[in-house]
Amino acid sequence: MKYLSEYRDPVLARSLVERILATATRPRVLMEVCGGQTHTIVRQGLQELLKDAVDMIHGPGCPVCVTPLEQIDRALHLAARPEVIFTSFGDMLRVPGSDCDLLQVRARGGEVRVVYSPLDALDLARRNPDREVVFFAVGFETTAPANAMAVWRARELGVSNFSVLVSHVTVPPAIRAILDAPDNRVEAFLAAGHVCTVMGWKEYEPLAAEYGVPIVVTGFEPVDILEGIYMAVRQLEDGRAEVENQYARSVRRAGNEPAQELVGKVFRLVDRAWRGIGAIPASGLGLREEFGAFDAEKKFDLHGIRTAESSECMAGDVLRGRIKPFECPAFGTVCTPERPLGAPMVSSEGACAAYYNYARYEAEPAGGPA
Amino acid sequence: MTDPTGASVDGQSESVSRLASVGLTCPAPTGDTDRVLLGHGSGGKLSATLLKSRFLPRFGNEVLERLGDAAVVGIASGEIAVSTDSFVVSPLEFPGGNIGHLAVHGTVNDLAMMGAHPQYLSAGFILEEGLRFEVLDRVLDAMAQAAREAGVLVVTGDTKVVERGKADGMFINTTGIGSLDPEFRPGPQRARAGDAVIVSGPIGRHGVAIMAAREDLRFEVEVRSDTACLAPLVRLLREACGPAVHALRDPTRGGMASALNEIAAASSVGVTLDEGALPIPEAVRAACEMLGLDPLYVANEGILVAIVAPEAADDAVQAMRQTPTGASAARIGTVTAERPGLVLLRTGLGAARVVDMLPGDQLPRIC
Repeated sequence: MKYLSEYRDPVLARSLVERILATATRPRVLMEVCGGQTHTIVRQGLQELLKDAVDMIHGPGCPVCVTPLEQIDRALHLAARPEVIFTSFGDMLRVPGSDCDLLQVRARGGEVRVVYSPLDALDLARRNPDREVVFFAVGFETTAPANAMAVWRARELGVSNFSVLVSHVTVPPAIRAILDAPDNRVEAFLAAGHVCTVMGWKEYEPLAAEYGVPIVVTGFEPVDILEGIYMAVRQLEDGRAEVENQYARSVRRAGNEPAQELVGKVFRLVDRAWRGIGAIPASGLGLREEFGAFDAEKKFDLHGIRTAESSECMAGDVLRGRIKPFECPAFGTVCTPERPLGAPMVSSEGACAAYYNYARYEAEPAGGPA
Repeated sequence: MTDPTGASVDGQSESVSRLASVGLTCPAPTGDTDRVLLGHGSGGKLSATLLKSRFLPRFGNEVLERLGDAAVVGIASGEIAVSTDSFVVSPLEFPGGNIGHLAVHGTVNDLAMMGAHPQYLSAGFILEEGLRFEVLDRVLDAMAQAAREAGVLVVTGDTKVVERGKADGMFINTTGIGSLDPEFRPGPQRARAGDAVIVSGPIGRHGVAIMAAREDLRFEVEVRSDTACLAPLVRLLREACGPAVHALRDPTRGGMASALNEIAAASSVGVTLDEGALPIPEAVRAACEMLGLDPLYVANEGILVAIVAPEAADDAVQAMRQTPTGASAARIGTVTAERPGLVLLRTGLGAARVVDMLPGDQLPRIC
């Protein structure tokens, strides 16, 4: 497959592994920001290959994982309303809310549909004028342009039965929050290639300079990630702290300017709570006032929903890179993909699910699975 | 665009013809309707007409034509294998086949995986009011053809009709009976460390074909369902390897990953797969990339995975390659004593990862 198979080439990947091992003079602590990268790292067993040179800490870049419980509970409430067709990307359906998930709401009679694009949700609204179609707009800067486009189009077309439940978050404030933490160990970052395809990397330059950390914009295939790690390790060994671009086939410094412009027209920066991490100032996107008619939180009464996070779940420590998923006592015992306590066990991009699915045997005592 | 019953969903003509067909303008049931009416399930004249005009001519055989309350069949002495399966696929028709092919292949293949020789089938139909006869006819044609090819007789059946909206066009249940040979009894609990893991053909085609049809995705290269009868393949395996065939599984729902996990658990062995050896068609790979799916979890309807004693592995591959369904048979892994119950995949980079059972539906990824 063009643009795919060459980035999975085992020979190239192995030569990069050897270069990383030869370059690192001591073990380096790196964080990959994006859940898609976590998925590749764990799925391909890259950690196992690099364990003498690099400790990869898995960052908070899984949109499903960091969507706050309050928003999940609001989604569950909306999906249960008889007049609502609730639409979402597939991953969100199994994220546990305070007492159930969207799949259970569907089983109890709520109309919940998986869509591949917010524009499909808008189409659904046009085809069902007697229903209220709500789209769960989650994700980083990557999904924001399409979601902005759906709202923009809804206004253009005068579709009044379409609204979005917004829980967008942005990457740079999260990186800053990680670096500001007193117990931070991260020496360099792999920035998320698809976020930077939209946003470019200008906003990462002040971070690299201010904190003295290398940041490498990196793709998602094994060869991409290994090359990104190699570039970051080389910077650390050279004593440099720059923003470099490994994912040059997709990312330019300025990013996708028309997309940024549209996002800016529809959304504004807001404070946002990150599940497991807490509130981070100016780290999210919310709808601008003039699009209030498409804001599900304004359209429906969502007050008085009680939320309760599982007391056993250590997702916050996992998302901040303080522990590996298997160090949580609930991992693989009371918390599994079948019965997740926290969101990172749900999404294929969540660190807990990635470990559970692909690397469980490493964490188990000799002699086989528990 | 058509709805599950195969009816046109656009415009007035549909609602007008539907009014006519449900008999609001005429109290007497009409004989010349183009679609299924509630009356076809009444047990009265319409039911008899449906049976005589559509079902019997296609499945006709001595046993069925007696139309007794139960079929009376002969079977060789000893044990028999019985298997039942229900088919609820949507859409009813898809590239490579329809629900009728699945209804025969699914049950016949389950029997074959036990080493049984499939002989008889029952067929129960739940039809949705408004289902077009042209669709029903195509499904029945497919069933009749699949049954003929598999060498099984449809010996008893049942038809019910439910109100519009209560079924996705039609559901089918089939139950199959097969005779067993005491000398050839593969079973999921019989895998042994050292055995070869062999797959009979390309992985992931049925699931991708269905997803593409359901979501109306148009890929440059159309992926067709692999639905096929596996009994001939099993016959060849049996002739070539006999009792060296330890376990057989058709990796349908849940895909290869689930089939191998079931064998690993039942036999208390580990399974190690070689990523590079997996026969995944390029079009399946591309579609899975787009949809965020893993081909190992995608359903198949026309391949089997065989666990074979190491010394018989090459013979098994050669035997399967004699038929079109087994033309690309390949060894994809090995049964191990280590890590019982776990399926591991060796990646191209030399690392390993766990291939687990699916917790629920395989949901598309977000980005």
